[in-house]
Order: sequence, then C-alpha cells, then structure tokens
Amino acid sequence: MRIPLTWLRDYAQVPAGATAEDVMTDLVKVGFEEEDVHRPLDEISGPVVVGQVLSLEKEPQSNGKTINWCTVRVVPEGAEQTLTIDGIDPSGVQGIVCGAHNFVVGDKVVVTLPGAVLPGDFRITPRKTYGHVSAGMIASVRELGIGDDHDGILVLSTLGLDPELGTDALELLGLRDEAAEINVTPDRGYAFSIRGVAREYAHATDSVFTDPASLVSVSAATGAGHAVVLSDEAPIYGNAGCDRFVVRTVTGINAAAPTPPWMSSRLRLAGIRSISLPVDISNYVMLELGQPLHFYDADKVSGEIVVRRAVAGETLKTLDGKVRKLDVEDLLITDASGAIGIAGVMGGASTEVTSETVNVLIEAAHFEEVSIARSRRRHKLPSEASKRFERGVDVAIADVAAQRAVDLLVELAGGTEESTVTDVGTPVAPVAVFLPMDYASARIGIDFAPEQIIDSLTNLGATVETVDGGYSVTAPSWRHDLLTKDDLTEEVARLVGYELIPSTLPTAPPGRGYSRTQQQRRRVVQALADSGLTEILAYPFVSKASNDTFGVAEAGAPRAAVKLANPLSEEFGFLRTSVLPGLIETAKRNHSRGFNDLALFESGLVFLPSETMGTASIPPLGVKPADDVLDGLYGGIPYQPLSIAAIFTGKDSPAAPSHAPRAWDWADGLDAARLIADVVGVELVVSQGSHQAFHPGRAAVLSLRNGDVIGYAGELHPKLLAELNMPARSVAMEVNVDMIFAAAADVIVAKAISTFPVATQDVALVVPVEVPAAAVLEALREGAGELLEDVALFDEYQGTGIPEGSKSLAFGLRFRATDRTLTSDEASAARASAVELAAERFGATQR
Amino acid sequence: MSEMPQKTAEMPEPTTEPAAVPDPLDEAAIGAAVENALAAIAAAATLDELKTARLAHTGEKSPLSLANREIGGLAKEFKAAAGKLMGGSRGRVAKALAARTEVLEAEDAARILVEETVDVTAAPRRRRAGARHPLSTLQDRVSDIFVGMGWEIAEGPELESEWFNFDALNFKPDHPAREMQDTFFVEPPEAHLLMRTHTSPVQVRSLLERELPVYVLCPGKVFRTDELDATHTPVFHQFEGLAIDKDLSMADLRGTLEHFARQMFGSEASIRLRPNFFPFTEPSAELDIWHPGAKGGPRWIEWGGCGMVNPNVLRAAGIDPDVYSGFAFGMGIERTLMFRNEVGDMHDMIEGDVRFSEHFGMEI
Repeated sequence: MRIPLTWLRDYAQVPAGATAEDVMTDLVKVGFEEEDVHRPLDEISGPVVVGQVLSLEKEPQSNGKTINWCTVRVVPEGAEQTLTIDGIDPSGVQGIVCGAHNFVVGDKVVVTLPGAVLPGDFRITPRKTYGHVSAGMIASVRELGIGDDHDGILVLSTLGLDPELGTDALELLGLRDEAAEINVTPDRGYAFSIRGVAREYAHATDSVFTDPASLVSVSAATGAGHAVVLSDEAPIYGNAGCDRFVVRTVTGINAAAPTPPWMSSRLRLAGIRSISLPVDISNYVMLELGQPLHFYDADKVSGEIVVRRAVAGETLKTLDGKVRKLDVEDLLITDASGAIGIAGVMGGASTEVTSETVNVLIEAAHFEEVSIARSRRRHKLPSEASKRFERGVDVAIADVAAQRAVDLLVELAGGTEESTVTDVGTPVAPVAVFLPMDYASARIGIDFAPEQIIDSLTNLGATVETVDGGYSVTAPSWRHDLLTKDDLTEEVARLVGYELIPSTLPTAPPGRGYSRTQQQRRRVVQALADSGLTEILAYPFVSKASNDTFGVAEAGAPRAAVKLANPLSEEFGFLRTSVLPGLIETAKRNHSRGFNDLALFESGLVFLPSETMGTASIPPLGVKPADDVLDGLYGGIPYQPLSIAAIFTGKDSPAAPSHAPRAWDWADGLDAARLIADVVGVELVVSQGSHQAFHPGRAAVLSLRNGDVIGYAGELHPKLLAELNMPARSVAMEVNVDMIFAAAADVIVAKAISTFPVATQDVALVVPVEVPAAAVLEALREGAGELLEDVALFDEYQGTGIPEGSKSLAFGLRFRATDRTLTSDEASAARASAVELAAERFGATQR
Repeated sequence: MSEMPQKTAEMPEPTTEPAAVPDPLDEAAIGAAVENALAAIAAAATLDELKTARLAHTGEKSPLSLANREIGGLAKEFKAAAGKLMGGSRGRVAKALAARTEVLEAEDAARILVEETVDVTAAPRRRRAGARHPLSTLQDRVSDIFVGMGWEIAEGPELESEWFNFDALNFKPDHPAREMQDTFFVEPPEAHLLMRTHTSPVQVRSLLERELPVYVLCPGKVFRTDELDATHTPVFHQFEGLAIDKDLSMADLRGTLEHFARQMFGSEASIRLRPNFFPFTEPSAELDIWHPGAKGGPRWIEWGGCGMVNPNVLRAAGIDPDVYSGFAFGMGIERTLMFRNEVGDMHDMIEGDVRFSEHFGMEI
C-alpha cells in the first residue's frame, strides 16, 4: 500500500517537515514494514512553471518537419523574471522551439526552464536548434513523468486548470508530494486505505486521527433506489456471498470531464493510473475509505439487480474484453440481461461506464472473503477490489463510500445526486470477545494496567466493557480479524509497544542431545569432508531422464518419480530419486569454470513415490484429527530416505614437485561408500553389480549383511559420460544412508585382544578370472577357522605362468590364538583348511 | 675408539715410509713421534684424512706401535719405565684421535643434514582438503546452540501433506496468507501433497509425537516458487524453534532469541520485535537483530518472524491452549549466512562452485 503524504495529512497529524521515510519509521512500530519511497522530486526538479504561449510561428524544415517557434510568458503579466539562471530571460518571456502542434497562442502550458531536470536525468539548457536558441521546453505529460501521452504537450486547460503565469507547476501537478509504501499483512484489510493507515499512524505517534468517514454526510434517503435482490442459494461455508449492497444514482454527469491534478497525482503516487474521471473517482474513494466501488452506466442496466451464484454454462464478457466461463461458485451481479459482473472481482463490458455515459449507478457492496478469493483465483483476475474484499472490508462503510462517490461526481463531473438510496442485506453483527483480566499480561510478560488494556482497545475503535473477571470487547466493524482473546492480546501489546516486553530465559527440561541418527549423519558428512570431498547442495528438481538414468536400477520399466504440478521449469519438473543428477550438474559447472579435478558429495533427501500418494481430503484446522485420519496423513507421505552421493572427476590432487597425482578410479567411489559405513560401524557387502548409469564391468552393488541393497559405486558408463559431456572415467557412488544407519549396532561389544605372537602366512591361489576376490577371501576366512585373525588380498596377477582365463590372487593370513603361542604346524594346518575350502568352492589351486 | 663410518674392509693399508723404530725409552724420540701424530690428527680435515692419520700414527706399522712392540724385548728393569712412557704417549694420541673424530663426525653429520635440505615452500599437497557447505556448517552451529540449552532437534519430510504445512498451522483454506507462500504442489493435486514452504510442519509433528513440554529446533530445507536471483532461491533453509510449556510468555521468547543472537553475533548483539502477522502465531512479531559486526557498521537487520503459538495450532495437536502456551520463531539460514558472513549473492550458495565451500572449509 502506497500512502501519498498529502492525503495522509488530511486525516492524521503528520509533522510539517516529515518525509516518507519518517512516516514509515513510525508505521513500522505498529506493524507495517517499510517497502519503498516514491518521490517525484527525485526525478524532476528545478524551475518548472506555468507559461502562456504569446506567439507561435510555424517554420517548415528541410527534413519535412514543421517546428513551432514560440515565445512564452513565464511570469505574471507586468512582473519581471526573478530567476537568474543562465538562459532564463529577465523579461519573463522565453523563446522556445516546440515540435508539437496541439496548442495555440494563448494556451497555458508547462514550461521547463533552463536549470530544470526531468525524469531520466534530462537536463534543460538553452540550445541552438533549427536556427533559434530554444531556452526551455514546453512539456508533455510523459516528459513530466505523469502519464504516457506523448502526442502533444500538456495544455493546462484540458485539465480544467487556469493558473496564474509563473505558478510552480510541480506544486500544481502534485509532483511535490511523495508516498510511503508499506507492506500490509493479510490480516489487516482495513489498512488498504488511507483511512486505516491514518488511524494506525495516530496509534503509532499518539496523535489525533480524523476519520474521513466522519467528514461525509450521508444524505437521508427519500425512497428506494434501483431495485436489488440478494439471492445466494449456495453460500460457501454457510456464509452469504453478499450481506450488504448499497446503490446510489447520479444523473447528468460529464464523463469526459478532466480529472483534477490533485486527484490524479494522488492516484499516481498510490500506484494507480488515471483513466477517466468516473473511474478515477471510484478508485479514489476505494483508496481513501477502503471500500471498492463499481460504477455502472445506468442506461445499460436493465431491470432489477440480482446478486446470485452463476448457473452452469453461464458466461460473461468482462471489462478487459475477455469472455469468461463462469463457475457455479462464482458470485454474480446480474440484471435482466444476465451477468453484468463477477462480484468484487471485475465488472462486465456491457454496462461499462464510457466517456458518453450520462447516468451512473454506484455499487458499494460487502462481499464475503472466501467467495471473492476463489473467483479471483479461478479467473486469474487479481484486482485492487478483490485484494480488499479477500482481506475483508468494513461492512459499515458502504453507504459512506457511496455518498463520497456521489459527492465527487457532483463536484467534478457536474452530476446530480438522486436522493433515493438502495441499501439491502443483513450484515452479521460483531460478536463480543471475552478477554480475561490477566490474560494479556500472562501471554506478553508485561504487567498491563487495566487502563492500558481499555485505552488500547478503545483507541482501535473497539467497545470495551468491564465485566466479571475481565473485559467484554466488541471489535469495530473494520476489524473482523479480532476474534479471540489472543487477537486482542496482540492489539494491546502492539499499541503499548513491543519494545516494552521484558526478557526472560525459560529453562528447557533436560534434553537428550542429538538423536542417534542425527549424530550418525553429522559424523558421516564430516568424515566425507575430512577425507577430502567438498559438500554441495543442489536443487532436488530434475528431469525425467535424469531420474530414469540415476534412479534405482530396474530393468526396462520407466521409473516412478514425483512430478511437480507447478515447476519453475518444465525440464526440471520432477523430484529427484537420486542425488547424482545435481552433483553432475554441479561438477559440470565447476568444469566450465576451470576446475576439473573434483571430489564432490551431497547429502539430501530423495523422493520415492509410494502406492498411496497423499490423502483425498484434508481435515479442518483447529482440531486434532481422529487417529485414523492422522494415520492416513502420515501414511500418504512418500518415502524420502536420506541419500548420500559422491562424484569424482579428474585427479585426486594437484601435481607438485616429487608428487604425481593419481586419477580417480572406480575404487574411490567404493572407498567413499565404505567410509560412510565404517564411520557408523556397519559392514558393507560389495559385489559385482549392474546399474544403467554405471560401466557394466566396473560397478559395485553395495548391500548390508542381510542382503538389502543400499547403493552403487564405481565408474560411470562411458557412453553416459560422453552424452553428459563429462570427463571419461568419472566415478560415482550413491547410498541410502538411512538403511546404513538402521543397520548400525546399538551397542558394540568389545573383542578380547590377544597378546600372543602372530603367525603370518601368505597364499597365492589360482582361480578362474570371473571368480570375485571377495568370494575367495570369504572362503579362506571360513575355511581357516577361529585361529584366523585377519585375511587380506594383497596382490592380483594375470599373465605369464598363469593359465589363460585364470588369475592369481595373493592373500596374507594372520593367525593368532587367544590362549597360547601358535606353533607353525598349527598355523599351516589352518592355512591348509582355508585353501581346501577355496579349492572346493572355486577350484582354486595353490600357485 | 668408535668405529669410523667411512671405514671399509677393502680399503688398503696406506703405504708409509719405512721408519726407523724409535726406542721406547727414548723420551725425545717418542715425544717427537707423539707430536707428529698429534699434528697429523689436527691437520686431518675429513674423516678420510683422519683415518689415514690414524693408520699412520697408530697402525701396526706406525712408529709408536713399533716402539711399543719393542717393550717386550727390553730388560725387565726397563719395562716399567718404557711401558709408562709408551702408555702415556699412545694414550695422548688416542685421546686426540677420539676428540678429532668426534669433531669431524659432527661436522659430517651437519653437512649431510645441510645437503638434505629441501624447499619446504615447494611441498606437494598430497591430501585433498575437503569442505562442508557453509549452509550445513551454519545449520550445525545453530543446532549446537539450542542443544546446549537443552532443546532437541526435530526433523520431518520435505514432501509434506498440505494439512501439516497449512491447515494444522491455522492457515485458513482460502486466506491470502496461504497464497503468499508460493507453494510447489505435486501431482496429482487432489492428493494434497506439497513441498513444505517452511519447517513449521515439523513443529506440528513434534507436538503430535512428543511428550510435553516440547522445546525443539527444526532446521531444514524449504521450497517456494521464487526464481533464483541475487536474493531469492526456490530452495532454501530455515530453522524454526518451538517451545510449548506451562506459562510461557512473549518475554520468554525475547529472552531465548536474545540469548541465541548473542551466541551467533557476540555479546553486543540484541534483538528488536515489531508487530507482524503469521497465521500460526498470535501475537506475531518480526524479528530484527542488532548486528554489531555488520558490514558498513552496526545496524538493525531483519532476521525472521516469531510469536506466541496460535491456540489453533495447539488444538490441531490435541493440546489444551488454556493449560499450555508457547512461542515459535523462524529464520532463514541463507539470509543469516548473507549478513553474518557477508555473502553478497545467493548464486554463490546454490551453484556449488568449489571455491565457495573450500574457502570456508569446515568452519563458518
């Protein structure tokens, strides 16, 4: 909401020197955030005065144009020029070249004299042009920054003005005014008006407020005006769509009369374009009092007005020229011809007020919030009117606003007030709210005195009655947001001042610290960073193709993913089922910036659609849903496990003297996954795997001991890397860490440490190449029995001496007993049984 | 005598001039031999030269050794005198030799160390330095402060039910406040699922799932349909606090926020509350922080929103608002990082440029 300061001053005591910034500083104290300042003088300044064209000579030019060489008097007749700026003639008459042709000798115009600065940092100086020295400019509305019209210069008589020569045109055109723009929270519809803001300004500064409504004297009706019937047969939530409808009639207006500058400049500062006098009046009254109005051309309205819901198939051509299909929930204004407006949202084209309109029907109605909000959303028609109705309009102001519009039409458009008044409907009477005596004090922590409570609420316009144990408070008609004792408590605190709230630190009960999972997660993420990976945070929005590539391995079938209903970009319209697409995008961004050697990871949720997606309905607010309804809500939420993925491209470190960097390879992906499991003490089972995103021969599938697959690691598929424009041999891994965390032991049981000497034995086994090393190792472990302390693969060899199709695997075995020193015979026997099992399972032979 | 490191078995005995064997009783001759030996030892500049001197003056064919050997052939009555003379003389030489060896060995060791000098400024960086994302680090820091106050950390899903995100938080179905949240909905719309627009649904979950009193901090990722620019991003992070207990007031809210602000911005920091509106709190306030270290000088900075939890939120969780009350607050982590750590552009936080994270390392 933008507040022109001159307008605010009409109803509040704003100090003479106060700027828009000062006003905002005061308003922020009562809860209106500062947004912006609108100050024409920042754009236009210097001598801009009223002048009169004394002479005008048309001079055709060789370029085909005709210019006017004019003399313009810029000081009152008989007076002398007092300005002493270079280029301003002491005689008070300026010679000016003008290209426009919409004026004649004698016209009063706006002259920007040398020294003036116009919007766009356009500095006026005397300049030689077309054989003359042009000392100033006759301005158009566009050059003055007050309109779009650039067809000609501004002739002041078209605005109904006949000011004295030399008058400051900036003052005349309202350009010395300025506006404070504040943010109005959605609960305070009343503050979408000068009336509401002036009242709040008075609260903030403890000064006097003059209610503009009190300055309007509503004429006593001499009879019923235009017939109106309210007929809502399908109220939303049981609330009638319209509970007050006022109609006034003004006849014989000149709809083409100019809008006076005081009005158009206030509208402009408030952010509303001047359109025509009737439209401007309607907007002006809305801004001033907060009541949206609608004007109908009375001669185009046929028969009685009926306010009702639309019927199926009904259409309406709205003011913007579009034909709209109406919904049965839309509240309509209709006449004998059918719909003539969507209530509170937009009027119809057929009854529009035009420059030819002579007789006007003024509608000032009170529509129900939800109905307007839904129609506005349905037809995508946000308007100043709907904005106010959705947030709630003062039901008591309708007749006042209508009268104000009548008065302005009479004053400015030469109309005649009809003394009949239509005022139908039964507004809901405000309900008194009980505020217990100490409630506000207890909630706020300030010991409020009874008079602080009573005065604050009375100042708001509420009626406060002291009753047994507290106060009975009836909110004013414009504050339908005050429904509970908490709403009243806020008002008391707000008007007394939040700055007076003291500071106390509550003591929380003994906490349990971070949960197990929270600790696991933090340690894992920290360990990855400590091991040299860089954490990134990418958006979870991905393409369908990315999900198909990187999501869970599923042969053939398209992979299920959650689709956004309103994505920012259609390309990235799905929620990720894998963290890798974001990592790859990030890696590529880094590559493009010259960083090729990367080790990146992200820890984030992935979204796996479930059988049941959401719930068909949602329970109402303010009540705890029944257990089965709650279960439904919980159950409808798709599985969102925490996934950690990493990507490696290029080399592991920068080259340096005496250091040769190593290219990342498939094992680095595996290592990162193992690190995660190691940190939380979970064993990962690695097996040869297959996943569409990975190199078919260099992918490991990672599982838990119980067989649950928790992720993949290895080299990405070369073809995919080429398609993605990623470096060859890039490596990735991704694991479901929730599953890893869940597999971690609650308590780790200690293992006895034997201090007897170790007996180490090596063995080299020849097995077919396709036998996984891990399987041979497992056989050795099992076969060796309990004397085996550890077994590790330390070499793999293929080539000379090894049969084609076979490989040699060298293992180191460490034997130790817990109760004695092993003899070499015992160690050899254990080794032999280990080899025997490997031979039995894989045909392994000792090399 | 210690073994000299340069000594090798293959090294031939140096050839020495065949010398006349001095008389082991001739003090002058022995003395001259000793002086020769001492001079040669002193003159040795390297361990090799010293070895040569040693062999020449203490070796088997050296004058002193030869003279010493003569003692055995002397008459009994002369043996003592000769033994004393020779013992003393050879002792002097041996001592000088040991001393010189020590000096030269020390010199040698020092030389080797000098020779082994490397340019430490050219050291390779073999271990890659990783980094946390500063938003995660800051989120951890914030969580630590509240856990230190006895609060717990609560979490919930990012893809959420509309009820948890809006209705349970007292957002009326058709109220403009609901639209102000610029929500991402998911298909199909009739499933009433959305990307949470704030972490407040976790507050409701906490109230439903935990025993009272509840003191929880809910950090996490949230979503709004804002296009990315220097100050907006469709995906960002918040932390929200919720305290529900008997007799909590807005003064407790202020005290909690003040304590937190000082942990984050130093003891000079303070907070300011301004009236505002949120459906889930009543009264509601906008929270400004006095940031003593702000770029360009100390000033008030808009930080977040807060207020006393609306009774309707408590009712949605089955809590009697006449018995329990409490407060809630919420701030943006991106915004906090922006003014606390002087991050000028939102793009830096979301693009994943390694320079951004690596500059912070593990700290914030």
